[in-house]
Amino acid sequence: MVLIYIDHSEKEIKKSSHEAISYGAAIAKQLGCSSEALLLGTVNDDLTALGKLGASKVHQLNNETLNNFDAKVHASLIATAATHLNAEVIVFAHNINGKAIAPAVAVKLDAGIVTGACSLPNLQNGFEVTKTVFSGKAFASIKIETPKKVIAINQNSFGIENYELGATIEEVNLPIPTASVKVTNVNKIIGEIPLTEANLVVSGGRGLKGPENWGILLNLAKALGAATACSRPVSDSDWRPHHEHVGQTGIQIAPNLYIAIGISGAIQHLAGVNRSKTIVVINKDPEAPFFKAADYGVVGDAFEVVPALTAAISKMKHNE
Amino acid sequence: MNILVCISKTPDTTAKIAFTEGNTKFDENGVQWIINPYDEWYSLVRAIEIKEKDPTTNIHLITVGGPEAEPIIRKALALGGDEAIRVNINSNDSYVIAQQIATVAKQASYDLIMTGKETIDYNSACIGSMLSAILDLPFVSLANHLEMNGNTATIQREIEGGEETNEVILPMIISCQKGMAEQRIPNMRGIMAARTKPLKVLDPVATNAHTSIKEFSLPPAKTGVKLITPDQMEELVKLLKEEAKVI
Repeated sequence: MVLIYIDHSEKEIKKSSHEAISYGAAIAKQLGCSSEALLLGTVNDDLTALGKLGASKVHQLNNETLNNFDAKVHASLIATAATHLNAEVIVFAHNINGKAIAPAVAVKLDAGIVTGACSLPNLQNGFEVTKTVFSGKAFASIKIETPKKVIAINQNSFGIENYELGATIEEVNLPIPTASVKVTNVNKIIGEIPLTEANLVVSGGRGLKGPENWGILLNLAKALGAATACSRPVSDSDWRPHHEHVGQTGIQIAPNLYIAIGISGAIQHLAGVNRSKTIVVINKDPEAPFFKAADYGVVGDAFEVVPALTAAISKMKHNE
Repeated sequence: MNILVCISKTPDTTAKIAFTEGNTKFDENGVQWIINPYDEWYSLVRAIEIKEKDPTTNIHLITVGGPEAEPIIRKALALGGDEAIRVNINSNDSYVIAQQIATVAKQASYDLIMTGKETIDYNSACIGSMLSAILDLPFVSLANHLEMNGNTATIQREIEGGEETNEVILPMIISCQKGMAEQRIPNMRGIMAARTKPLKVLDPVATNAHTSIKEFSLPPAKTGVKLITPDQMEELVKLLKEEAKVI
């Protein structure tokens, strides 16, 4: 059986877990077994609808205290549940919480693990999974040598598949270990799309010359419904908040569309965004290295190009 | 307080990524090695700041790797660790590495074990989480702020679209990222002192690897950028909608 861990926040299942369910279901199909999901805590989502993503059952440990994430407690419960349910493969989203617990679960189950996976397993020669390495600059095919396997799938690398299934819900009863982490405050930036969950991202660099010029970028993001990001020099100069910094030492993202405005495209920046499906580069310097990594490029002054692009987007949305 | 800082050697961020031996090995030819930036800039520097506030703090550094890892561990000592341990084994399997660190940690009593959020070469982000399972300790990942108050750590960690504040009673494991501290450059006094700081070399404990790397590959080269003139923004929108199908 393939067991998929469902991550959630503020009573809502994360988008990355939807993808993990479809990924797990595809592995189950390869192995000829069932794909079932595991939820620790409570959510407002309709759990039977997870069948549409590929889960035939949802095992739920229905206890509100688990809505506070505690890596030690969560990893221990997942490992125990996986053992009881006799799971062969345990799938996580390679997101913030997945990174904290998947390796611990692997240790507890004596399972080999591949994190940052970006392909279905290749079963021709055992069990090999491809992952991104060198910050997205290369791939490695990793063979898992143990009977049990743990895989954490990169966000936005597999997609969502549709199944004609309704999931059944089964209560799990396990003793809950004492909490090791006390959550004392949660500070969510309201009204913004979290960068790591965003499909569309508009990002600015030093070419915008100063924080006072960010209006054109914000307008474009608003017209698209995109999240905003920036390059390292911009966050280092405090033009934009640190949580917007994408790149090797900032956040690594893989949206469907990344629009880079006034970013030259240093290798460290590319390492954070090169898994984006489509890259648009707007830069007045035709020699900017970013053009080599781009799908579409506009050589021109951002202060003219960006408002024109925003207008074109708005017009397209208006006509829809 | 006793802190163990995990240090990994990685290629420089601008290193050319190429492979040899039938794409089974990373090509180390001409590669400059550095301390993994997350280990150095965030985790080690924060440990040093804690020691500056409380000089009774001991900072031990640990790296798992062959003798070629010694220059980077000397650099880490120059920044400010008290002593270093190198476990003499090269492995690409996170579990093997975590077992080496855990074995050392079990023989001492560390209040805090610090790692970077991931290494910039294999990007596995496994060691902290694995250590928490092997040592049965609390773990907070992707931390960008850490304050000590007696035996309680107050930590801010990244969550999707925000931050969360956690309180944890030591001992614990923490993985660090941007925001935790600022990069430092070792000064001459540090570099001189590092030469005589103890660097212990330990034999590895036998551990079976759970995984092995079979092949590396490079992403397909982009087919070339399609240039659109600044007065053709409606055309660009059309391409994004109909050709790329991303909006």
